[in-house]
Amino acid sequence: MAHRWTNDMTRADATPERMFLNRRQIIAGLAAGTMLGGLPGNARAQDALEPNSWEEITSYNNYYEFGTGKDDPARYADQLTTEPWSVTIDGLVDRPGEYAFQDIMSEMTIEERIYRFRCVEAWSMVVPWNGFELADLLDMAGVQDGARYVAFETLLRPSEMPGVARSVLDWPYVEGLRLDEARHPLTLMATGIYGRPIPNQNGAPLRLVVPWKYGFKSIKSIVRITLTEDEPPTSWNKANPREYGFYSNVNPDVDHPRWSQATEREIGGGLFSKRKPTLMFNGYEDEVAALYEGMDLSVNF
Amino acid sequence: MNPVDRLNGWARRLPVWAVYLICALPAPYLFYLGLTGGLGVEPIEALEHEYGEIALQFLIAGLCITPLRRRLGVNLMRFRRAIGLLAFFYLTLHLLVWLVLDVQILSQIWADILKRPYITVGMAGFLMLVPLALTSNNWSVRKLGPRWRQLHKLVYAAALLGGLHFVMLRKGFQLEPLIYLAVIAVLLLMRLDWRAIPRLNRA
Repeated sequence: MAHRWTNDMTRADATPERMFLNRRQIIAGLAAGTMLGGLPGNARAQDALEPNSWEEITSYNNYYEFGTGKDDPARYADQLTTEPWSVTIDGLVDRPGEYAFQDIMSEMTIEERIYRFRCVEAWSMVVPWNGFELADLLDMAGVQDGARYVAFETLLRPSEMPGVARSVLDWPYVEGLRLDEARHPLTLMATGIYGRPIPNQNGAPLRLVVPWKYGFKSIKSIVRITLTEDEPPTSWNKANPREYGFYSNVNPDVDHPRWSQATEREIGGGLFSKRKPTLMFNGYEDEVAALYEGMDLSVNF
Repeated sequence: MNPVDRLNGWARRLPVWAVYLICALPAPYLFYLGLTGGLGVEPIEALEHEYGEIALQFLIAGLCITPLRRRLGVNLMRFRRAIGLLAFFYLTLHLLVWLVLDVQILSQIWADILKRPYITVGMAGFLMLVPLALTSNNWSVRKLGPRWRQLHKLVYAAALLGGLHFVMLRKGFQLEPLIYLAVIAVLLLMRLDWRAIPRLNRA
């Protein structure tokens, strides 16, 4: 099941850190080079993806368990113990149980996926994730016939998470996907960034990445995955159902009640960076639009 | 010499222009930090929030002056105009960062003001402070007479709107903006009730 979706950028564009200094030149070279004529339109759009720097990706985070400031996770998440780690997979599965992180990793094929990441707060980044397809993990546990949804839960450990002392959200953080969304080739369980283990502030040791949805759907530091028949509760929807729906697909035509979603600001552009238009499904329309055929996306936001 | 007298003594010696100068310095310094990476990887949002929060702090400081004098005998009246104008200065910078660096698109600015309640509230607060800033000079005080005091009571509503704006723009249930709003509310309530409360410094 691995390798069902491939980056159009080459590995050389992302992994080695030395290369990143030269990224702008590489991109320029690619764009000007002979490759351009041979690629389909979508692939050319992917080419323009220039990953954010390690510093940007790991210093500007929303991980409210460590505080609501953007720099709180980078400041406090090093307290988090991620070894040992296990994920309980239960509900409608053939082989329920506690899966040790190392046992999962030894079974999975790790790939690099360079994805756009669009926060509901109207900022965005490009992140070179390393991880495996969620579908592979679901197959490891064996999904039973009646399952229609997948529920996820983040670790709740007050001794290491200063932010949970305040009830900003109803802890633990929970998220959910429809089973077909969860099995989609783009849906990733990320365990690394730039070829390194994923830092705590980004959701170590493993987190979900659903690149066509707002960032808060991509739940961090997962300890439980439950296959269910009914739509599971999700944290931000519980906190404010008017503002955050279950689907939360990136959609420039459906505004957040308090701000427009039509444009976004790319992190890293400095004080004078220009906003750019937000793309339907965050630019993954070709890949995922079929999942929502016949649905009114302004109702199922 | 008791602490209040000592404080009043210091306040008399501190020139008002020094207050303007010292308190205005964070504005260019924060801009410089934003330019040079000192405000993190998203400097626009950071600068907008810094200016906005400082403006609220000056509004609160301005509201403290009368209760400080009435209840504790600390007299900082000669700085009140400076503090008010500094609040307006930071609020203007906050608004400019939002207009020029953040939203950027004129049509969206209008849409936001009309459609987004927290922006409507913040904008209303700002507009209320415009006439106050324009009449913060001796000539206007003389010219307007008793109406000047009436007009400047608008600051109460503006401060409340500012606190409300802060509460409304945060995601989830967050403590910091609620503390600001509570402090503003308490400072306003003290004014409503002060005649009914026995003065602390009557003796």
